[in-house]
Amino acid sequence: MSHDMSEEKLPESHGSAGEVAEHGNPFADPGLPAHEPRRTDIDEKAASRAERQVSLMFVISMLATVGFIASYVAIDPDKIVYIFPLGKVSALNFALGLTLGVALFMIGAGAVHWARTLMSDVELPAERHPIEASDEVRADVIEQFKTGAAESGFGRRKMIRNTLIGSMALVPLSGVVLLRDLGPLPEKKLQETGWKEATETKPLQLVNMNTMQPMKPEDVIIGSLTFAMPEGLSTHDEDFQQRIAKDALMLVRIAPDDIKDDKSKELGFEGILAYSKICTHVGCPISLYEQQTHHALCPCHQSTFDLADGARVIFGPAGHPLPQLKITTDEKGNLVATGDFAEPVGPSFWERAR
Amino acid sequence: MKKLSARRRHPLAALVVLLLALAATGGLYAAFAPADKAQADVAAQSLAIDEGKKLFAVGCSSCHGLNGQGSSDGPSLVGVGSASVDFQVGTGRMPAQQPGAQVPRKKNIYTQAEIDQLAAFVASLGPGPVTPKEEQYTSTNPEDISKGGELFRTNCAQCHNFAGQGGALTKGKYAPSLEGVDAKHIYEAMQTGPQNMPSFPDTTMPEEQKKQIVAFVRHTTSDEPNPGGLTLGSLGPVTEGLFGWIFGLGTLIAVAIWVAAHTTKAKKS
Repeated sequence: MSHDMSEEKLPESHGSAGEVAEHGNPFADPGLPAHEPRRTDIDEKAASRAERQVSLMFVISMLATVGFIASYVAIDPDKIVYIFPLGKVSALNFALGLTLGVALFMIGAGAVHWARTLMSDVELPAERHPIEASDEVRADVIEQFKTGAAESGFGRRKMIRNTLIGSMALVPLSGVVLLRDLGPLPEKKLQETGWKEATETKPLQLVNMNTMQPMKPEDVIIGSLTFAMPEGLSTHDEDFQQRIAKDALMLVRIAPDDIKDDKSKELGFEGILAYSKICTHVGCPISLYEQQTHHALCPCHQSTFDLADGARVIFGPAGHPLPQLKITTDEKGNLVATGDFAEPVGPSFWERAR
Repeated sequence: MKKLSARRRHPLAALVVLLLALAATGGLYAAFAPADKAQADVAAQSLAIDEGKKLFAVGCSSCHGLNGQGSSDGPSLVGVGSASVDFQVGTGRMPAQQPGAQVPRKKNIYTQAEIDQLAAFVASLGPGPVTPKEEQYTSTNPEDISKGGELFRTNCAQCHNFAGQGGALTKGKYAPSLEGVDAKHIYEAMQTGPQNMPSFPDTTMPEEQKKQIVAFVRHTTSDEPNPGGLTLGSLGPVTEGLFGWIFGLGTLIAVAIWVAAHTTKAKKS
């Protein structure tokens, strides 16, 4: 087909490859260059040599795969070897990577060499044509459309037209309703954390995440940093990761005179402040705490909070201060919370109050 | 009793009583008196404090005051404890070279004996964290490494990076790399919270857990074989991505150019 088209569309051939034969017109189309044969096209020996090269690459790939399986079986996983410039590495990992890499690379290299030397490389021009239809065809189609519209009475019978439009508009609603089945509604999950179980009469202890024990105020010294979670939560719980993502606390103690925010001082206990560990920007765990400046830095986008000033945002993209949990002590002298955070923890969302 | 009573006026009675009394006093003294070693310790301790005070006057007092009370150039050292001195001087951070965002680690110019004397002097100013003994920071249990890893990722990794390579903080401050840091100094840093690092006192992180963290850090930052090959600085996706995009993709582009640049045509043009 392409041959047929080139016959009529191409400018006349000007003899040998790429030479401009038309002396009168310096801008004449020189046409396509003539096909140049490859060495493997004209020399049978070269062709069979290329064939052997391609096969050799495929054979090397096969051997590498065998080597991969052999390494997997034979090499002790604990064996360590020194390989320049990687240093001391696992012999097994190195052998597996090398053999698999060679096996894949040789398939690719063989295929490329095959295509370049032996597969047909005759140039096949595909002509471009205007895509628009001719004037007659377009006029005919418009005529047919008008006839069809008139015969259907779509423009004349307005009641049919309007009810059709109405029914078409309503049909997608079925799909929208079905979206409800994608999952349960969020309920109040974004507003609440695990600390909501705590009440004035039945407070929740703060559990140290290192020792998994409750803490006394004297345990938390000025300048220290401790991570805490609500009592009753266990790292073995099925939903531990979901819950700790909201309940995690960062416990710091600041000399009461250094606390600039009175409300924050009131929520704390003798200078011990319990802040949410979840950044209010996109919810990264934030705990790069500088004990002298009282700044806490988020590792993801460098939002910086001043923990001595109610966790006010002093740098970065976070939109809200870190929520602070009200803490006090119970009759045994352990640190406890008596309620949930006053505002939602973590990043902002559509229905957030402010 | 009658016989004894009858001889109470014997000329030698007083001598016998005296001998008995002397023997009793001597025996009691031998049994209850403080041992010689303890006496020597007290003497050595006060000597160390004296020596430490002299060293302190030369090396530290220009900022911390002659009695460690602090000044506008340096904080008070009352109550920082011997562990702080051992860390700050042992890692070469103190005496500080110049004021700045953070005092860097540098070559330590004091001998361990001198550091101990300085520490004894500062510890005498007020009670504080005590320099740990070797068994407190040396773990012999291989399980400690994995337990320490969990604790490290909870408490330390946010600043010091998951492999202890350190990282940036605000305004020129940084969490230093833990590579090549002595086990004792890692332990002391957790005890005392040097510079902007928060402290992790024994009340919230027991000694046993500190020992586990030290075991993990020493294991991870040492020249142990690395099963995965090149660490690229253990900085995670930043260096790995950079390496992949520049060297991985670069190699592919170079191979593609090489392939295209070598024609297979019989007539080379």
